[in-house]
Amino acid sequence: MTSDTPDWAAIERTPEFRALVRAKRAFIVPATAFFIAYYFALPALVGYWPDLMSTPVAGRINLAYLFALSQFVMAWALMAAYVRRARRYDRMVETVLQRVKGRTS
Amino acid sequence: MNTSLVMFLLFIVITLGITYWASRRTGTTTEFYSAGRRITGFQNGWAVAGDYMSAASFLGIAGLIAFYGYDGFMYSVGWLVAYLTVLLLVAEPLRNTGRFTMADVLAFRLRRPIVRVIAAASTLTVSLFYMIAQMVGAGSLVSLLVPGIGFNTAIVGVGALMLVYVIFGGMLATTWVQIVKAVLLMTGTVLLSILVLARFHFSIFEFFDAVAGITGSFCLDGVARQGVCPDGTAPIVRDFTQPGLYYHGRWGALSLMSLGIALIFGTAGLPHILVRFYTVPSAIAARTSVVWAMILIGSFYILTTFLGFGAATLVGKANIGVQAAGRLIPNQNLAAPLLAREVGGEIFLSFVSAIAFATILAVVAGLTIAASSAFAHDIWFTVVKRQQEDERQQVLVARVTAAAIGLVSIGLAIALRSLNVAFLVGLAFAVAASANVPAILLTLYWRRFNTTGMVAGMLVGLLSAVVLILLSPAVMGVDAAGTAARHLIQRPPLFPLDNPAIVSVPLGFLAAIAGTLVGRDLDAEAAYSELNVRANTGLGAV
Repeated sequence: MTSDTPDWAAIERTPEFRALVRAKRAFIVPATAFFIAYYFALPALVGYWPDLMSTPVAGRINLAYLFALSQFVMAWALMAAYVRRARRYDRMVETVLQRVKGRTS
Repeated sequence: MNTSLVMFLLFIVITLGITYWASRRTGTTTEFYSAGRRITGFQNGWAVAGDYMSAASFLGIAGLIAFYGYDGFMYSVGWLVAYLTVLLLVAEPLRNTGRFTMADVLAFRLRRPIVRVIAAASTLTVSLFYMIAQMVGAGSLVSLLVPGIGFNTAIVGVGALMLVYVIFGGMLATTWVQIVKAVLLMTGTVLLSILVLARFHFSIFEFFDAVAGITGSFCLDGVARQGVCPDGTAPIVRDFTQPGLYYHGRWGALSLMSLGIALIFGTAGLPHILVRFYTVPSAIAARTSVVWAMILIGSFYILTTFLGFGAATLVGKANIGVQAAGRLIPNQNLAAPLLAREVGGEIFLSFVSAIAFATILAVVAGLTIAASSAFAHDIWFTVVKRQQEDERQQVLVARVTAAAIGLVSIGLAIALRSLNVAFLVGLAFAVAASANVPAILLTLYWRRFNTTGMVAGMLVGLLSAVVLILLSPAVMGVDAAGTAARHLIQRPPLFPLDNPAIVSVPLGFLAAIAGTLVGRDLDAEAAYSELNVRANTGLGAV
């Protein structure tokens, strides 16, 4: 290993890096589980209960269309939430990189 | 002169100008494959949208909604939600660890040549299926809209143009062609939606009243003859706002779920989308790309409501097709262009047709560059030459590969002209979701993952997707006597669902996990530390 190759395993063990991975996991895992569940509710509901989903809500706009439309809102809202949190991850990355630099110099 | 032709020519002149400009900035491998990584996140967001929204999105979804109502909208929803997978799990780690291709990420810690060969083979398979679908679509579209240009001439023309973009202008020209196309597509779609709504006095309720006035019918099993289903009952009638006109019967709900799996996981395994994230300078810019792409793609897919339902109400299902020998042959792909003529006249029809043409060109250019980099970078440079070749030669190999891929896809598109386009796109998404996605996710997030698991997962995912599609109603089926044959194999289907993803994606994951557990690869596990640190921090990223 050359001197300018970072010791990856050592970086992986630093508290800064572990905090970064923990913070990301704390958002990404539940967010992924949520969007998969929310998304598959749509094909399940319109596939198994088409009559229920045909219930009109406003004029002839029915539950099926509104729930499909809500998927767009869900996707954009989750995107916005992730981007806001990701700014914090970017700052945590900075501290990890500073720690790495401090070690090599 | 035909106005469609004039608009096609205008688009061609503009894009050739872009290609000339880009060709002077394309010499090295980084420039050819990744546009020198100087595309901004905002620009790349438009380019991702331009790369992604294919003929299947613009012409296909509008047609499905115009013929089957609500069920067609399921594609629109799935194709946007798919980007959450890309945003949360794939885009940033991919940008941080790869250089040019999808295989770069897989080969990061699985360093055997077989990993690159299989990943490149999968890239070529997915891209080729997708490309043939686009070219067949281009052939039928251009030959219908510009009288005098035949199907084969149109395919050769599209193929030749895409080759000029890619060979001379590389990723930079491809990117700008995609951006121009995305701007045109968004403009056309917004205009079309406004013109449709104007017919209903800008009242969404009046619009949906009209949609609910249109009905379709189906039998739970088989096809109705003279108003009676094969089991002797009357067909079930639904209006176009209600689900069920396309997906119904015993396997309807499962088909919908299976389609959903292919749509929301397939996107994260499409090589031509993944390589776009290498064109930006950092993981943060990759994130910004996905955000802009999601805003554009989501807005577009919501507007397919007006395109599809608009065509259903204002043109009418019975009028969407081509006049031939005194009768109308239905053609779903013409729903959006015919709607444009209905609400905006011949000039607007020409504009929308030119957009469809631009859409196809931008997508095939993206596919060609992904496929040629997979061959030139992964197979030729890394496996055959063992990285002993200079940049100029590698770029030359990539250009020659692009030419070969272009010629092969022109030939295949002409040979397979009667094949169902949706079937090819479905196959591409199913292979991407079943073979590529398990390998990408497991290598990024599972320390224990190894070469055996990767090879097993990709092969099982690929084979099960292809075999199940061959046994599905997309290929197997008995056509009624006297009608045009729609199925390649005239026997009842052995697999009941249109889309194999609900079986093939779990199989791909299971094979990848089982293969991994067979043995341990301590080198691959040790290298996970490097992957993990680099994926999360961008340290050492190019």
